[in-house]
Amino acid sequence: MGDWKTITVPVLSSDSKNILSYTSERKISPTSMSSQVLRLSLPLSKNMHSFFSAFCTEENIEQSISYIDRELTTLGFPSIYAESKGKELNLVSIINCMNELLVLQHKNLRAQEEVEMQHMKLGSDMDHLQNCYAKLKEQLELSKREIVGLQERDRQLQSKNRNLHQLLKNEKDEVQKLQNIISSRATQYNHDMKRKEREYNKLKERLHQLVMNKKDKKIAMEILNCVGRADGKRGAWRTDKTEARNEEEMYKVLLSDYEQRQKQLLLENAELKKILQQMKKDIISLLPPQKQKPKEKSDDGLVLSDQEEDIGELNKENMWELSCETVREQLTNSIRKQWRMLKNHVEKLDNQVSRGHSGALDEKDVISREDHELETEKLELEIQQCKEMIKTQQQLLQQQLTCDDDTTLLLQDCYLLEERERLQEEWRLFREQKKNFEKERKSFTEAAIRLGLERKAFEEDRGAWLKHQFLTMTADCKSENATTPSAFLRSKAGSEPDIRLLKSASRQRRPPSVLSCPVSAESCQTSQYIAQNSVASEKPAADNMPNLWVESDDKEEIE
Amino acid sequence: ASCVQHRLVVRDASSLQLLQLYTCLDQIQYIEWSSDSLFILCALYKRGIVQVWSLEQPAWHCRIDEGSAGLVASCWSPDGRHILNTTEFHLRITVWSLCTKSVSYIKYPKACQQGVVFTKDGRYMAVAERRDCKDCISIFVCSNWQLLRHFETETQDLSGIEWAPNGCVLAAWDTCLEYKVLLYSLDGRLLSSFRAYEWPLGVKSIAWSPSSQFLAIGSFDEKVRILNHVTWKKITELDHPATIASKKTIVYKEVEKSPTVDTERLSFPPTRELASSLFSTQSKYDISQVPVSLQYIKPVADRANPKVGVGMLAFSADNCFLATKNDNIPNAVWIWDIRKLKLSVVLEQLCTIQCFQWDPCQPRLAVCTGTSRVYLWSPAGCVVVQVPGEGDFQIVSLSWHCTGDSMVLLSKDNFCVCYLEREEV
Repeated sequence: MGDWKTITVPVLSSDSKNILSYTSERKISPTSMSSQVLRLSLPLSKNMHSFFSAFCTEENIEQSISYIDRELTTLGFPSIYAESKGKELNLVSIINCMNELLVLQHKNLRAQEEVEMQHMKLGSDMDHLQNCYAKLKEQLELSKREIVGLQERDRQLQSKNRNLHQLLKNEKDEVQKLQNIISSRATQYNHDMKRKEREYNKLKERLHQLVMNKKDKKIAMEILNCVGRADGKRGAWRTDKTEARNEEEMYKVLLSDYEQRQKQLLLENAELKKILQQMKKDIISLLPPQKQKPKEKSDDGLVLSDQEEDIGELNKENMWELSCETVREQLTNSIRKQWRMLKNHVEKLDNQVSRGHSGALDEKDVISREDHELETEKLELEIQQCKEMIKTQQQLLQQQLTCDDDTTLLLQDCYLLEERERLQEEWRLFREQKKNFEKERKSFTEAAIRLGLERKAFEEDRGAWLKHQFLTMTADCKSENATTPSAFLRSKAGSEPDIRLLKSASRQRRPPSVLSCPVSAESCQTSQYIAQNSVASEKPAADNMPNLWVESDDKEEIE
Repeated sequence: ASCVQHRLVVRDASSLQLLQLYTCLDQIQYIEWSSDSLFILCALYKRGIVQVWSLEQPAWHCRIDEGSAGLVASCWSPDGRHILNTTEFHLRITVWSLCTKSVSYIKYPKACQQGVVFTKDGRYMAVAERRDCKDCISIFVCSNWQLLRHFETETQDLSGIEWAPNGCVLAAWDTCLEYKVLLYSLDGRLLSSFRAYEWPLGVKSIAWSPSSQFLAIGSFDEKVRILNHVTWKKITELDHPATIASKKTIVYKEVEKSPTVDTERLSFPPTRELASSLFSTQSKYDISQVPVSLQYIKPVADRANPKVGVGMLAFSADNCFLATKNDNIPNAVWIWDIRKLKLSVVLEQLCTIQCFQWDPCQPRLAVCTGTSRVYLWSPAGCVVVQVPGEGDFQIVSLSWHCTGDSMVLLSKDNFCVCYLEREEV
């Protein structure tokens, strides 16, 4: 039960007060609504007070009771009046009614709570949906705009494309035209050339005729004597026989050339065939025995076996010497088949390798490859990231190492400042300590002076007391008095032995008398104090120590 | 043999000692040794006279006068006893026989780059002719000048013919307006025709490999296409780009090195050698790091016969290397390895390459660029050889001795012989 809402229930004022107190004491669930309700309840309570008082006062009790009774009966509750029609109130029924009302109140509150919760939820859902709706609307707008933009671009590109096509067509047409022009010009030039050539030939003929007709005697050969032929033979007449012989010779030359070429080609052929044979053998040896998948390979296998048999036979017959078409074809076909098989085999091996890497079964062939690809992608990403990191680190390092002069100076200054500050602090501390030491020294000196004075006083007292003692009890305290002056006498020595002696003296002073106790205590204390101070202030007050002692000595001597 | 004005000077090849001296009637334009080295013909184009001299008998003389027909070209026949004269306007080719004093005529010869070619063994001669505006080729037997075959070619304007070294195939190519190479067998059958592309300028130069296995065609598109003799199809295209990026190519660059003069050795007045060495620039080869970009010249577009394309092709004697020159990059010689069909070396010179020739025996290439230095390359390396002497000796062309031991370096007015020492193994 969380929130309490004070509902204006017309109850007796005393009860209402109780209720109110009850409500105020009730623990509240920490919701804002509850706080609001609380705040509401507080003023309401005040109002309630007034309201309650307003409803039922001292005067109209009867009326209010009857009113309440009527309300309750209308609500279905039993009457609060007693059975008799008198004005006696049935307390039990009143209490029951009250209880019922309270229960009802609870229920109503709960229902209200729930409703409010639902209301809130619905409100938030509504908000959420509204936001979503707004966002989606925005997205829709954006996408619509994008679509429009893209459509526009598409249109532009298409128009550009069309233009380019048009240009291309134009260019092609131009090229065609130019080619036509060129060809037409070429034919024209040829025709003109031919014409000119004919003219030229005519001229040449004319000239030739003229030259021949002139019968220049000059056109002659003057030779001293005939020279023998190079090969020593005599010249032969031109006859048909010679012509025939010439033809023969020419054909002989041609034939010899062809024969030579054919020989060369045969040799080449033979070599190539040998190489092919070797290759075939190698391929067959590379391929494993085809027993795995008989279905696929059965046909090929059969063919192969046939082929191999044939080829085996041919091999026996010295195949390379034959060069008929069928043999050649068979050879090339067989080699092609073998090569294809080898290729398939190699591909299978590749698949097996990839399978082996991922360690999956045959069915997961595709997946393994995908995994492999994914892994490679991941690795590549990692590599890139690492590289980027390295780059940034390098950059940072570079920045650090090779900063500008300004920054280095600044950095240096920073360090110096730090140091300076530290030093300053230390100085401050030092100065403080110094001051403290000074103060202490002063106090020491004052203490020493006081000590001196006290000692003086003490000495005087002691002197008096000794006198007194001496006068009174000289016989008793002789030995003890003897020690003390001896102690005293001894105490007039150097510094450290003085301390010890003082200490011992002070110790010795303690036990002898009660009277001297406080003084001795004081002196002990002061001596101890001096000792302590002397020890403590050895360093700063090194100079002062002998002074102290000098003072003390002086003081002692004074006595 | 060398000619000076109207004198023919014959020297000994190994010692350059003067052996004979002949005087001709007029200025000599062209000289040629006969195949057995017994006779020398001197052609005097202006006068239309060919004079023949004998080495064995200095008193012997012969003179062929073409008269009004004029003389444009003259050459020996392979047997060394006939002289073929091409008359002016390519009216006809006259075959003069030194043995029988007889004359034969070949009509309608073609006026082209290489119209008359002999087979290597000298048995057959192919002549390019043009009759009725059609190109044709006649094959003659050299022994008795009998016409063996005569056939038409499918070319527009036959530009040249060349026998394969085995004498069985004849390559004929068309004018540069049309890329066409035709291959005919000895008996006149068309074996194959090759056409790389249609419209741009076509074949610029052709070379057979010494084994007749390959035919290299250099064209105006800066590429060399190699055909093989079995199928007569292209087996590879060799490109000549201006930038060489392949790591396997060695680029030798000619660098000028400043002459070092020993200050202690300076004498006054300075000796001639010193002066020449001071003023002549030395150069050496440096290996450039790939990628190298060569000096590329873009030719003037509207001139005929532009300096574009592969203008020089030569196979080495052992059939292993092919040397080419791309006229767009006139300072570089490209050496291709035929066995791998790859570019193996590029020689980058300081000046334009004038001429290069392979050693007839070894894979050694001699290059001249118009300076007074000759450059030698072999698979072992390359070297710059300075022609010693005063003044400038601009080497314009060179020619190897048939044994490969020496070569002749020609400049405009002088020539010198370079002897190569053979390593004692």
